[in-house]
Amino acid sequence: MNLFEHIGRYFVMLKAVFSRPEKGKVFRKMFFSEVDSIVINSIPLVAFLSIFMGGVISLQTAANMGSPLLPEYTIGYITRSSTILEFSPTIISLILAGKIGSNIASEVGTMRVTEQIDALEIMGVNSIGYLMFPKILATTLFLPFVVVISMALCLFGGWIAGIQSGLYSTETYMIGIKAFWYEDQFYLYYALCKTMIFGFLITSIPGYFGYYTKGGSLEVGRSSTSAVVASSVAILVANYILTQLILV
Amino acid sequence: MIEVKNISKSFGDTQILFNVDATFTEGQVNLIIGASGSGKSVLTKCIVGLHEVDEGGAVLYDGRDFTAMDRKERIEIRKEIGMLFQGSALFDSLTVEENVIFPLKMFTDMSVEEMRERANFCLNRVDIINKNELLPAECSGGMQKRIAIARAIAMNPKYLFCDEPNSGLDPKTSILIDNLIKEITYEYNMTTVVITHDMNSVMEIGDHVIFINQGRKWWEGDNKGIIRTDNNEVVEFVYASSFMKNLREKLISG
Repeated sequence: MNLFEHIGRYFVMLKAVFSRPEKGKVFRKMFFSEVDSIVINSIPLVAFLSIFMGGVISLQTAANMGSPLLPEYTIGYITRSSTILEFSPTIISLILAGKIGSNIASEVGTMRVTEQIDALEIMGVNSIGYLMFPKILATTLFLPFVVVISMALCLFGGWIAGIQSGLYSTETYMIGIKAFWYEDQFYLYYALCKTMIFGFLITSIPGYFGYYTKGGSLEVGRSSTSAVVASSVAILVANYILTQLILV
Repeated sequence: MIEVKNISKSFGDTQILFNVDATFTEGQVNLIIGASGSGKSVLTKCIVGLHEVDEGGAVLYDGRDFTAMDRKERIEIRKEIGMLFQGSALFDSLTVEENVIFPLKMFTDMSVEEMRERANFCLNRVDIINKNELLPAECSGGMQKRIAIARAIAMNPKYLFCDEPNSGLDPKTSILIDNLIKEITYEYNMTTVVITHDMNSVMEIGDHVIFINQGRKWWEGDNKGIIRTDNNEVVEFVYASSFMKNLREKLISG
């Protein structure tokens, strides 16, 4: 299949994803279960990465501040800006594309090759909607919360790095964090909007690859790899387009 | 009753089925037999709608043209279908009881107690007792098949499909599964279609047998007729094992 056929089939699949669930009660239960397994379970990894990345961003900025004309609060300001604009929404989404994407593609792919999806279809269940809609909705709605946590922990990591290294004081770091906030708060909405779109991509694309897996365990592995690659590429392309549309 | 009319199926340039006609009546076990790669599973997947048939073919469930239906109408028919898959296809993440309850939860307004009662009834019917909390991976192959049968009959289906129900099972368990399918068919007056290449099953439960060869219906009859036929391809299939060859020689020599 060529790229255009994949894209066409992906959109046909999306039509089935958003059809009305068979039973609201079952859907609600699955939705909260997916919030737990996809979103809540990702928080420890996100927290760990965010603290260390926040620390590294602050330290690198401090280490590269050669000019005495640059105020020291620039460290906090750059840490905040990089975190809100790119690190938390984009890099965390890319990392989660690996974690969540491979999980979804292999889970759905295994269900395909072991005929569990056929069993759902035979029962009269819309298998695409049943398997994917709760995952997509849970990630699209709740990934922004994870990203907000990541932003907060990134800034916290930057502060800890300052205390530990002695390169900048808590006071100047805090001034930097708060600097130009009135003008820049739009960046936060931009970041949360794009996170929702990334959340949609990191569940729907792996779901697509898993659902259309053919063969056995080898093909499940291949689907999983393709899903991670495709969703990472989609995130980067979407990031560029959204930045062009919203910020420029 | 299920009527299959002029079914052909191609995947790209490869044609798998060629103008197959068949009728499967209720209250009896209908067998589709044939060698591996003959097209039995594709035929069954065409009948249940997992594969779309090529133009000109039709599948009628009690006179209702399944192939001409849209998705919503097909879902109504599918609620009347139970299917036992070759690998059982139980949902890994659900317990034995949850697997049986699943179709009830999706399509009925039963209370939790009613669903559990129905699930226990179905599980007892297939001799699965006190295993409700196990996961499918913790059950043996034979148990998984029986749980899959319990799930298939949970909604009181009018049509039951079994894709190689004996594959991977020892002869004793195979006979148990065959007998279970036969009993359930007679008990609920279902239209049962079993795909198999196991001659023991043919002899045990084959009320009506269709032999598929190279994607075509080659022979039709019952389990008594199949051991007496002189159709070359059927003879080659039926008497492939030395045990059956000896049996045939004994039959010929009187």
